[in-house]
Amino acid sequence: MITLLEARAVNKRFGGLQALTDVSLHINRGEIYGLIGPNGAGKTTFFNVLTGAYAIDGGEFVMNGSELPVGMPHLVAAHGIARTFQNIRLFREMTALENVMAGHHIRSSAGVWDILFQTRKTREEERLMAERGLEILAYVGIPQHADTLARNLSYGDQRRLEIARALATEPQMLALDEPAAGMNATETVGLRQLIETIRHDGITVLLIEHDVKLIMGLCDRVAVLDFGKKIAEGTPAEVKRNPDVIRAYLGANHAH
Amino acid sequence: MTSFSTSRSLPGPLNDPRTQRILIIVGALVAPLIALSFGASWVRILDFALLYVLLAIGLNLVVGFAGLLDLGYIAFYAVGAYTWAFLASPHFGLHLPFWFILPLGAAFAGIAGVFLGFPTLRLRGDYLAIVTLGFGEIIRIFLNNLNQPINITNGPQGIDQIDSLNIAGLDLARNIDLFGFKIHSLVLYYYAFLFCVVIALIVVRRFQISRIGRAWASIREDEMAAKAIGIDTRGMKLLAFAMGATFGGVSGGLFAAFQGFVSPESFSLLESIAILTMVVLGGMGNLAGVVLGAVLLTALPEILRFIAIPLQMMLFDKVYLDPEVLRMLLLSLAMILMMLWRPAGLLPARTRYAHREGRTA
Repeated sequence: MITLLEARAVNKRFGGLQALTDVSLHINRGEIYGLIGPNGAGKTTFFNVLTGAYAIDGGEFVMNGSELPVGMPHLVAAHGIARTFQNIRLFREMTALENVMAGHHIRSSAGVWDILFQTRKTREEERLMAERGLEILAYVGIPQHADTLARNLSYGDQRRLEIARALATEPQMLALDEPAAGMNATETVGLRQLIETIRHDGITVLLIEHDVKLIMGLCDRVAVLDFGKKIAEGTPAEVKRNPDVIRAYLGANHAH
Repeated sequence: MTSFSTSRSLPGPLNDPRTQRILIIVGALVAPLIALSFGASWVRILDFALLYVLLAIGLNLVVGFAGLLDLGYIAFYAVGAYTWAFLASPHFGLHLPFWFILPLGAAFAGIAGVFLGFPTLRLRGDYLAIVTLGFGEIIRIFLNNLNQPINITNGPQGIDQIDSLNIAGLDLARNIDLFGFKIHSLVLYYYAFLFCVVIALIVVRRFQISRIGRAWASIREDEMAAKAIGIDTRGMKLLAFAMGATFGGVSGGLFAAFQGFVSPESFSLLESIAILTMVVLGGMGNLAGVVLGAVLLTALPEILRFIAIPLQMMLFDKVYLDPEVLRMLLLSLAMILMMLWRPAGLLPARTRYAHREGRTA
């Protein structure tokens, strides 16, 4: 197993609240790694420090052996981590295809002069980006919506489009923040298939999820956060039996 | 092309985008000749309309594409105008050629844009508007007061006797005879300005349907998501400010040459707001809309001036409402009506940024 991402003693405080305390974990290349925990355990905070949305108060993230930039989301994306948001954040007034093409921004290179003079290279790049965008839309299962404004898509399709946009950045790791939230049973099944396909195609997946069934069926390994600390890590089966986890979810009476 | 959304209601052949385009081109070419038959002052209004179109195109890039509300845009117009005034007037005794001053003015304006951009990178919406508003005022106040201890701007008196636009020996301030046809100076200026507007439209259009245009749009839509997909929002915002300012600088230089006189009072906050109104009224993000907004809002007040005074004299034998007051009144009324019935502008951006052309072109 090759380690793709390692978190070393990550700390994050919000004023007096210690949101993350010495969280260390490693994610192997090609696995689906789940991050679970009760509400307020620090899952999304972990996501936000990992992807650079928040500055970090201690510790570091190491990806492929080099330290990730801190508090600079656009550089983290360039390092190969793409994310989605818990409450969908699409470019609502842009079409689905434009959303995906925007995702391709860091993997394209046309500069001011190229665009001003519409060089052959630029036109070619633009054409390829549109082509690639359509491919990705087909990959996540919404090719028919290429020209639909993002805000007019159904909820499930918006989730898919957000994943498509993240994939367009050509990430090594895809970080999904509660992708199944608000989805109906059918949509969840579809999402699960999509995540498996993505992993099958060589992209590591980090998953935060409330839907325990989804996590347990999908993930290779799971870490459990409670009050900002990692209380367990292992295969879903191991974690399910862990008394600390049961206590965190169900209260002290149920652990024995 | 960003076709007119009203085309649905037009009869037969006018529905065809190609016909529309030809009509617009022909209209733009013959407009000054028709206007001239009503009097030279109407051509002058058209010339000003084109300068405003140029400003509106630039401001639209900042506000409409990148979503950065800029209330001090007129400052860049001032930078361009004063650059021209300094380098082509008896004030400093310099008379440099246009091909040098115009790009220089644009560059200075662009740099001013970056200066404005840097401190405001983290601001959005109302807060950004307030800072940009202050920036616009700072520039104006500088121009007003930099006449001592060393006289740089000549203060409130402004700078006069500015050189006119002189292209390869052809002085646009003079009427010329072409094979017996007399071409009026104002008409010459019209075509020079029209040329600049067309270039500006092509440039902006290219950016709109490019990777940079998409990056701007994504910042406008959701800055946090834009960062998450790797867009360098700082760089892209600075680029938007700088590019938008460049158009203001060009327009300002042309203004100085055309008018022959600049003074700080041409660059007041009201002007910034007027340009923003053009952008919003026409349809933020839609180039055709922005052009329409600029032309309407420059021409209508003038037509109003033409009508209001005689009408009042006829009815009351006395002018109660100054056309200038009426202008502000009608502007406000137009904005209110628009917010009620056409909140996205006269020609709304259909999808504010259309990619289809980019794909098929």
